[in-house]
Amino acid sequence: MALSCIVALLLSSLAPPGNVAARDVPNDGGSNILVTWTASPDTSLVGYQVLRQAKGGTTWDILTLAGRRATSFVDQAAQNGIKYQYKIIAESNTESAEAPVSGYAVAKPQWFNFDNVPALIGSGILSFILLYFINRARRDRNLFIRRISGLDAVDEALGRATEMGRPTLYVPGLSSINDVATIASLNILGEVAKKTARFGTPLIVPNTDPIVYTVAREIVKESYTSVGRPDAFTQDIVFFVTDVQFAYAAAVDGIMTREKPATNFLIGMFFAESLILAETGAATGAVQIAGTDAVSQLPFFITACDYTLIGEELYAASAYLSREPLLLGGIKGQDYSKVLFVVIIVVGTLLALVAGLPVLKYL
Amino acid sequence: MKKRLPLILVLVTGIFGAVTYFVPHHSIQAVDESVRNDVMRIIAAFSLVLGLGSILQHHFNKIQRKAQNWQYSWITVITIFVTGVIGLFGGIDLAHPGVLPTHIGGFSFHMQTLYMNMMVPLGATMFSMLAFFMASAAYRAFRARSFSATLLLAAAFVLMLGAVPLGRMIFHPLPSFAEWILAVPNTAAKRGINFGIQLGILATSLKILLGVERGWLGGG
Repeated sequence: MALSCIVALLLSSLAPPGNVAARDVPNDGGSNILVTWTASPDTSLVGYQVLRQAKGGTTWDILTLAGRRATSFVDQAAQNGIKYQYKIIAESNTESAEAPVSGYAVAKPQWFNFDNVPALIGSGILSFILLYFINRARRDRNLFIRRISGLDAVDEALGRATEMGRPTLYVPGLSSINDVATIASLNILGEVAKKTARFGTPLIVPNTDPIVYTVAREIVKESYTSVGRPDAFTQDIVFFVTDVQFAYAAAVDGIMTREKPATNFLIGMFFAESLILAETGAATGAVQIAGTDAVSQLPFFITACDYTLIGEELYAASAYLSREPLLLGGIKGQDYSKVLFVVIIVVGTLLALVAGLPVLKYL
Repeated sequence: MKKRLPLILVLVTGIFGAVTYFVPHHSIQAVDESVRNDVMRIIAAFSLVLGLGSILQHHFNKIQRKAQNWQYSWITVITIFVTGVIGLFGGIDLAHPGVLPTHIGGFSFHMQTLYMNMMVPLGATMFSMLAFFMASAAYRAFRARSFSATLLLAAAFVLMLGAVPLGRMIFHPLPSFAEWILAVPNTAAKRGINFGIQLGILATSLKILLGVERGWLGGG
């Protein structure tokens, strides 16, 4: 049997692949070995069989049949610390040709992912700028912050609800607490709740996520207490509705049409239901302030709402409303970071343009 | 302590979360996976009980106060109990029956049947309303009241016309121009907004980690 195999290989006219090499995949948690080879020039090829053998082993395990254009394969099932060698066999419909076996390779887990160094440097620089301005705000409490019309309108919108004797509706988005947009929305809810408590305006906060509901309830309760109105807080202000997207949209639409809130806040992460909510609110005649970082939903809010917090304004809102100097320092830092981005983009574009100039060939 | 403990927890878990991005070692990744999957799932299970309590309390209050449309609250309460009983004891479908007989002849009211025949069509009905809302929103957005609105109207007109064969018949390069609007000015604007969003996320995360932003604690 063995002799017939050797004879078959010797008589094979199929060109084998070459330079089979194996090495540990860098910057990973281990268990991965990269196997590479140079393609066989044969056109009758159908693919490559990749086989593995542990050191001291006697049998070869077939890992996969790679396509005929493949020149690499990542073995994701290697055990850390064990030496493996790999064999590549080129296969046609009638023949097979084996390349020399690779050297031994060992999968090792790494403690640092060097691929993420640019992200580390970038976050470090931006964090430094933000921390610098937060720290500066401790000394200089009169930082100039650009006006955000959507947030300037909050007092006016809540005042309108108070005058009309109608409630204010606050929708904290449809995402979970894992979403930073939801956290930003909850920060804004705290400030809005303080104002509604002061004005004595009823507040309605329907929730779609049970964890967000729990946090929102505590925030509103604390806000009512912090302005000296703990008596005005009731369990009916913040409540859980459902975690089903369109059932929630139907429930909130129902609240809008029944309770006729004078002001609607639609702030957080929204999906396909954004326009359903915003259009129903517009139809009831409410003043609507929306904010989201879901870029695909922004056009709907801009169309159907009176004011829209676009992207980063959502994250600046809590600081803007509270006028807390340390928080305002963060906004200043954000603005300067953006200047840095613009400079990098302009310089990068110019360098790319210059690098493409034909005159460089003659230098 | 009531304020300090959450801040310490946020600082520790936040720093750990950032570390996992840079450390691929399986010992760290396994802890991260366990926190994200197991711990979050346990917290979610507890909060679901709180959520259920909230919805029941909300509707019982409405019934008690005889608030506007309080009769509908009975429908919600009864539906929750019936769904709960079927879910717990009625089985998933005909192939996975429960201890309760949840079918009368050929008519099944298993969990899967309720979901596929009630929740899905009701959700689809709400979703289909989006088409009508989109038409009314488009009418409002495309009124040329200002320069920006006129620009929006023109861009939308070009895009819509470029997407149908009639556009090519009227003016041959129109579909390419429509594609260019989507690929260049539209993408540039989106990327600009995304830059701001990422900066905002970084700033908010940093402020929460350092305890500067305490709005989530109820105004600090």
